[in-house]
Amino acid sequence: MDRILFGDNQFFGVNHMSEEKARAQAMKFRDTRSIMRVLDAAYDEGIKVFMCTTHDRVGEVADIVRAHPKRYPDFEFYPCMPYAHKYANSVGEVGILETLRRFAPGGVVETIVKGAVSALTQDLVRLMELLVDAEMKRFRGARTPIVFVQNVVTDLVLGLKLDHVLASFAAHVRERYAAEAGFITMNLPLLVDRLERVGITNPIVCANINKIGFRMSGGVDAYRELLRSRRCRAIAMSVLASGAIPPREAIEWVCGLEGVHSIVFGASSQENIRQTKALIESAWDLRSAPGLRRSAAE
Amino acid sequence: MTRVGLIGAGKMGISHCAILGANPRLSVAAVCDSTTYLTSALRKHTGIPTFKDYRKMIDEAQLDCVFVATPTSTHFDAARYALERKLHVFVEKPLCLDPAQSKDLAELARSERRANQVGYHNRFIGTFREARRLVQAGALGEVYHVGGSAFGQVVTRPKTGLTWRSRKAEGGGCLHDYASHVVDLMNFVMGPPEQVLAAQLLSIHSKDVEDAVYAQFRYPSGAVGQLETNWSDETYRKMSTTLVVTGPKGKIIVDRQELRIHLRPGAELEGYAAGWTIRYITDLQAPVAFYLRGEEYSAQIDAFVEAVERGTAEHENSFASAYQTDLVIDIIQKAGRRGS
Repeated sequence: MDRILFGDNQFFGVNHMSEEKARAQAMKFRDTRSIMRVLDAAYDEGIKVFMCTTHDRVGEVADIVRAHPKRYPDFEFYPCMPYAHKYANSVGEVGILETLRRFAPGGVVETIVKGAVSALTQDLVRLMELLVDAEMKRFRGARTPIVFVQNVVTDLVLGLKLDHVLASFAAHVRERYAAEAGFITMNLPLLVDRLERVGITNPIVCANINKIGFRMSGGVDAYRELLRSRRCRAIAMSVLASGAIPPREAIEWVCGLEGVHSIVFGASSQENIRQTKALIESAWDLRSAPGLRRSAAE
Repeated sequence: MTRVGLIGAGKMGISHCAILGANPRLSVAAVCDSTTYLTSALRKHTGIPTFKDYRKMIDEAQLDCVFVATPTSTHFDAARYALERKLHVFVEKPLCLDPAQSKDLAELARSERRANQVGYHNRFIGTFREARRLVQAGALGEVYHVGGSAFGQVVTRPKTGLTWRSRKAEGGGCLHDYASHVVDLMNFVMGPPEQVLAAQLLSIHSKDVEDAVYAQFRYPSGAVGQLETNWSDETYRKMSTTLVVTGPKGKIIVDRQELRIHLRPGAELEGYAAGWTIRYITDLQAPVAFYLRGEEYSAQIDAFVEAVERGTAEHENSFASAYQTDLVIDIIQKAGRRGS
């Protein structure tokens, strides 16, 4: 897994601090070409991984990357599914059953409705697999070495104590896509405990990790303890807490934590991408010479 | 361990179920829904006993409290049945379609001394709470205008009534689903209005319900309120709710992410200088033990559980406060239907 990953919130009007900024960004990135300009900049800066939600627009990005193998020889997608608002809005509009009919091809919903109770365990997993396959269609032929579950689903599943579905997800993406499963969460310590109980050890996880503890459920200390224990391969997101922490301070803090494997960040300009990447590299390079630092401190 | 029963396993019911399930002080002891594919899936996968009839569930499952997340038209019967059997009750918003029923429930809950809360989760968002504190502390002076709005894309194409949200008789429509949040938030900050001056309900795609609501209020102080909601607005990725409160000393613009306040020179107060001050949710929201979709969903359940454990009927978002919101919704409904 790469150390520095490029995220996509800025492209789709997601900003945890300002709805106005989010809308301005949604206007700026109203077409795929404007998104590609920024992705090209990130790629040319040496960031090869695009960690992205399964928004329709990302499908168009995948088409472009696939069509230009010489331009993008190492480009990788880490798809994060589902694009939850698509489902949430649909559930509000047409209900749970009709939403599943809309997004899961081929009669499985009818099976569940009519199906015998004894068949339901199988069916829930089958339903999950069909939804995953529907989301993965747009990435066919592109590199997707890690496939993530979005936090709203991961955390919903944790709350409902349906942990075995997460294990089934991991098995499905391994068998069908030769990919590793990743799990995005707002409840990292709880997630890692529960994944271990269904046999997933050292999972790839992605969670808010930031100096002010924003959306780190369980608290900064529990996160620090978990990361130090090396029980997971952690990707830090929301490192800047949507801008609440100055970049240098934010990145130095996260890079200074023991056990953070990677950082995912989003940016809208080449200059911002370059600066953020340089900050991360410099902070991690410092950490690569612990002996020097220790002796300097003594 | 507090034993919770869930009535209604739809979108909000399942969300509540997950947050309740993650709380070590609670046990989700039973779930009730009329749809068997949902209850049998839940029973099979979670082992939670399920029921088709909430009366049977309440009679048999030895519960301390229930969460009612069914279509609004059924809230009254379910909540009353539970209160009469001495259970604490949380009901999804809005409380009832008929304000007289909301009033009955509020009185019953108070006389039984049972916790009684309605799911207006915006009241648990730090930015809105701070806005209310500032307004009530007089930071803006005597407020003369409040604008409340909510936009989002729930209904974006013509369709027939596939869910109760598109059927008026069951509590569907933008007024009960979207505008209720804004009315409640305006009440939270301003207190209830004394008059609905005008209201328009527009259908854009829907047949049986409105998709947009516009209304104007007058408050006892003389202040004017303006409500604007549209659930067919595709320029919003998800529901976006904003209040703009203006007084002679300043103005507040607040949504779930940020609070922006402008104060005149001489109107400074602690933490807020003259001119613009912007504060973000990162600094105004207390963390929660388990996060799903937003801190406010967990925070409102924590508040309810605390009221249950204390055995009190006096707390935030009580039926009495939701009754005030239902009154305004009812007047908008009637005025809008007349086309005034």
